Amino acid sequence: MIRSMRRTRRMLQLTGAGSALLMALGACSSSAGSSGTAGKPEEPASARLSGTVTVFAAASLTESFTALGKEFEKQHPGTRVSLDFAGSDTLAANITSGAPADVFAAASPRTMAMVTGKKDTIGTPVTFVRNQLEIATVPGNPHGVSSLKDLTRSGLKVVLCDKTVPCGAAAQKALDASGLKLTPVSYEQDVKGALTKVELKEADAAVVYRTDVKAAGDGVEGVEFAESSKAINDYPIALLKNAQNTRAAKAFITLVRSAEGRKILNQSGFLTP
Amino acid sequence: MTTLHEPGAAAGPRTGRTRRGRGAPEGRRGAPFPLLVPGLLALAFLLLPLLALLVRAPWRSLPHLLTSPEVWQALQLSLVSATAATAVSIALGVPLAWLLARTDFPGRGLVRALVTLPLVLPPVVGGVALLLALGRNGIIGRWLDAWFGITLPFTTTAVVIAEAFVAMPFLVISVEGTLRAADPRYEEAATTLGASRFTAFRRVTLPMIAPGIAAGAVLAWARALGEFGATITFAGNFPGRTRTMPLAVYLALQNDPEAAVSLSLVLLVVSIAVLAGLRDRWMTGA
Repeated sequence: MIRSMRRTRRMLQLTGAGSALLMALGACSSSAGSSGTAGKPEEPASARLSGTVTVFAAASLTESFTALGKEFEKQHPGTRVSLDFAGSDTLAANITSGAPADVFAAASPRTMAMVTGKKDTIGTPVTFVRNQLEIATVPGNPHGVSSLKDLTRSGLKVVLCDKTVPCGAAAQKALDASGLKLTPVSYEQDVKGALTKVELKEADAAVVYRTDVKAAGDGVEGVEFAESSKAINDYPIALLKNAQNTRAAKAFITLVRSAEGRKILNQSGFLTP
Repeated sequence: MTTLHEPGAAAGPRTGRTRRGRGAPEGRRGAPFPLLVPGLLALAFLLLPLLALLVRAPWRSLPHLLTSPEVWQALQLSLVSATAATAVSIALGVPLAWLLARTDFPGRGLVRALVTLPLVLPPVVGGVALLLALGRNGIIGRWLDAWFGITLPFTTTAVVIAEAFVAMPFLVISVEGTLRAADPRYEEAATTLGASRFTAFRRVTLPMIAPGIAAGAVLAWARALGEFGATITFAGNFPGRTRTMPLAVYLALQNDPEAAVSLSLVLLVVSIAVLAGLRDRWMTGA
């Protein structure tokens, strides 16, 4: 939470500065997204999007949604995308207790159901990406991990996400599907916690998402395993009932689901549903 | 803690004035309005969330939850590790407090500031710092691993270390304050009578500051019991080994909020019982 809040604040400053710059340039630059308004920013106010879109997104979407937010602001000068990243459960709890958000992108149907269950969404959530598990090992893979079964070897320090969080539930599903029993040294509270333990070389391996392995860069080495296809995670996105800026929020969801949005998401390692 | 009594004593002349002016009840009960209202607001602010916990607690499923082995395991681990962390804090913190209060060395102010750093540091940062120092790959942990084959992360020892890291400053501050308030001339008299400085510390100073140590120990124990961030970062989370109550609460919150409320309640009751029991006995006397 602390990490995500700090990140959000920094992001706000960044996006704030960015949108101010865009507004200043707005008069002389033509933008791709808003056709017909190029050169005349004060034209029909109804056609132009403005204001802030507040997006609550799962922590695993941090990199891609930051990029999508920048893209949205570029396409719609005068708008601002305010992003809040945290665990899906935390965000869902925030939304159902009245947090002012426009869009919710969750890392699992279960967490989205917490919000739809309270009738806090407009329309049905749609799956916009999927995420697959991967094994993260320390760089160079010194223990020669090549399959899920290798993780059950004794002497290997493995961390998993707790079964209560999506990445842990998915890992358990993959283990069950292949009839494996694995005793980790720790059940981490979220996927980033599991990854950090490997990045700091405190653990030899962790079962995380492909996207996390990608985001960690050279800090870890990714090992794909066959059973991961049995535990693919769907990411639903939905417009929220309490949305302050419904039009811009709809436009943001459209961007996420567009070919352009998909490209950005694929770059982070997400799969097309 | 003596300050608690001072307002009453010092309020003598002031209440006198109030009595003349507005006919307020006499003696220590006469609280001026500008203090009473915000004071009561503060009380409500601090107690309301706890009250909410009581109101929303799923009383019916409580007995079932509390007898589950996982909860017992977590509670037991919490109590044992918090007590161990307090013991570590006393063993190391009291000497440190003495050094800070009774010796003079360059940069003492800075050292004192650094000692209190874990108080304000986000606990997660503390956990990461501990990993970087004592982890398998840490600057000290690397040698522990290579020479003795000891790795601390993911062990109960790591829980105790994490808790001691955040709790010890409470003890050090408390004991240092007591030492500064205690008259050093007693120790000096003892040394002039032939006692070594350590004997003087053991036989004269220590009994004198015992209430301060007790107060600090209670604070440290309570802080250790509630420790979450540094624990999960440095020690991880494994049932029976490193999953303390705060971790169990956090994880229960993910998919079973009712269980989280119940667990919080247990932690609350244990904390209140210990704080109330010890506070009356030790802390008001300090």
